[in-house]
Amino acid sequence: MSPDEFLSIAVIIAMITLATGQVLSMIRFVIGPTSSDRILALDTMVINAIGLVIVLGIHQGVKVYFEVALLIAMLGFVSTVALARFILRGDIIE
Amino acid sequence: MTLDALALYAAALSLLIGSGFVLVGVIGLLKFNDPMTRLHAPTKVGTVGIGMMLLGSILFASASGQTSIHELLIMAFLFVTAPVSAHFIAKVTIHRGTCETPPAPPKDDTWSTLNSPDDQTAD
Repeated sequence: MSPDEFLSIAVIIAMITLATGQVLSMIRFVIGPTSSDRILALDTMVINAIGLVIVLGIHQGVKVYFEVALLIAMLGFVSTVALARFILRGDIIE
Repeated sequence: MTLDALALYAAALSLLIGSGFVLVGVIGLLKFNDPMTRLHAPTKVGTVGIGMMLLGSILFASASGQTSIHELLIMAFLFVTAPVSAHFIAKVTIHRGTCETPPAPPKDDTWSTLNSPDDQTAD
């Protein structure tokens, strides 16, 4: 098997896995049952989205997706902390 | 076999390893039956899973002749922020009382999450 074929198969497998991960985290987000589970599921979905963007960048051979992944990582962290703080304190910025 | 072909094989292999870890973490998130246990599973997704995919991206870029290690930035950022967000989510779990109450802290302290200063002044 040539390296290019192997890489394209691996990219397809990684995409399928990440999409499955998004769906399974979405199920956890819907069934809950506690609010911390929902925050955790959203955090996992953000991380899976980073992975999808990176794998899409490998698939297309384009370098611009790096900035997208970095922005999603930063926004995902901030939104997770904001959600957790809102439940803990009833306020985000006191 | 040239070095480029070897880098492509390594990139594909790290993508496969990363997707394996993603799958394990997400199945754990869905299958475990306690909020604190569920907290432990998706850390694999955030560190090894995405880390291996970023490594694959670095190897692919170097194989296609435009070597760059920008992806290390995302990796470092994820490794630094994962414990912080996990800590916040664990505090939410303790605060909501949806897990076992943690053991009593040493000496005369109290858990700040369970006993807020506001409660004590109200007593």
